[in-house]
Amino acid sequence: MPEPRVALDGVEMSFDGVRALDGFSFAAGAGEIVGLLGPNGAGKTTALHILLGFLKPTKGEVRVLGMSPFERRYDVYARVNFTSAYVQLPFNLTVERNLRIFAELYNVPEPEKKISALVERLGLGALRKAKTGALSSGEQTRLNLAKSLLNDPEVIFLDEPTASLDPDIADRVRELLKAERKERGVTMVYTSHNMAEVEALCDRVIFLNKGRKIAEGTPAEIRAKFGQETLEGVFLKVSREGAE
Amino acid sequence: MVARYVVLHFRSPARVMDLFFWPLMELLVWGFFTVYLQRSLGGTPTLLSSLLFAMVFWDILYRAQQSVSLAFMEEMWTRNILNLLISPLRTWEWVASAYLYGLLKTMIVAAFLMAAAVGLYALDPGSLGLLFVPFFVNLLLMGWALGLVTAGLLIRFGHAAEAIIWGVPFLIQPFSAVFYPLSVYPAWLKPLCLLLPSTLVMEGMRAAILENAMPWNQLGGAFAMNLIYLALASALYGWLLEEGRATGRVVRLTA
Repeated sequence: MPEPRVALDGVEMSFDGVRALDGFSFAAGAGEIVGLLGPNGAGKTTALHILLGFLKPTKGEVRVLGMSPFERRYDVYARVNFTSAYVQLPFNLTVERNLRIFAELYNVPEPEKKISALVERLGLGALRKAKTGALSSGEQTRLNLAKSLLNDPEVIFLDEPTASLDPDIADRVRELLKAERKERGVTMVYTSHNMAEVEALCDRVIFLNKGRKIAEGTPAEIRAKFGQETLEGVFLKVSREGAE
Repeated sequence: MVARYVVLHFRSPARVMDLFFWPLMELLVWGFFTVYLQRSLGGTPTLLSSLLFAMVFWDILYRAQQSVSLAFMEEMWTRNILNLLISPLRTWEWVASAYLYGLLKTMIVAAFLMAAAVGLYALDPGSLGLLFVPFFVNLLLMGWALGLVTAGLLIRFGHAAEAIIWGVPFLIQPFSAVFYPLSVYPAWLKPLCLLLPSTLVMEGMRAAILENAMPWNQLGGAFAMNLIYLALASALYGWLLEEGRATGRVVRLTA
């Protein structure tokens, strides 16, 4: 069995005595899209940050592409990428320049060709010379996505990537992510509050509550387990009844 | 990264003012003060030159510190810091780019101020000659070290520490013998003042202008101290960045 691309094993994380993750384990293989779901404070963003090497767990093992993101940080970072609705690129620079800089940081071969292909795919072709600060929030989100695909990553961490997109663009983004998975077998770890999107995109969903994994399976399996018709129903049940 | 900082700088009117407008305002204040001293109190031309050089030197230190701090701060303001931290960009590469950006910015400010001082107040650049270069290097190194410490404190304390960027140079200015000699300080304070490379640079500059002396001791002492301080600042910055990564503090910088 091939080694998973992303794995957390028995991870515990506490902040000021409050346990944000409590023995959390999961793994994702090549080409898999895994959604981390749960109410605010469930621990999904903490898990993402641990995988990114931004938080050192108090206990447990973290592997990304078979390596520790804490011990072999730059080997990992060259082969993964990240996008978040809460992270931006400098507003004073144009779309093209922002992408060009990150293409250089990632040592992308033929950066011009790569940038052209990405901006066209993400509907940013006409905005190449526009300043990032002049873009709408949806356009900025797409620019962040373009940045996250520059280095043809083997793993992408997506923190609510479609948070500010209109339904049409959000759908195009989902299609793009699916295409990336199909063409290159990219692994994606995904957090979102858009349950319909998670259902449409993720192969597997992990529900977290109070730092613990309370359910794992396909969206259909999760719905069945909680006796709900939609993932949104599951989310509401977990949030309001505090299922553990 | 250096090209990026340069483009970011010149796209921002506020940053361009850092290069020309604010240094010019400072020069005008001290320039007119020296004119007043000369006309009313009979200051000697060499004393007046030393005051103008002191002003230029202080600005070199100040801009060098700010460049390094602001290079980091810029990433916090634009919420780009996580993008950089998960890229293959090494910490030393990031710091080196901030240093080079600082060097470029400081050279522009120094050249502009010297040209303005010569044009407006007839400052004789030959009164220091090539000694200007080692003085400049020492102030640049000290500015880099201070900037790195400030950047480290920003990682540790986040946006709450932003005021430090502007305040740190003014914490050391009173003890750097910038506009007056070391001899005016009380005896107990002098040893502390001498722990600042800036004090040795200013004393060396005055010795060169007022006494025509070659300030090798001051230059050598300042250089040695700067190497130690730069090493300590690098270690502190590296430790605070690693600690910020491990505790998730760097993530909160984007909030």
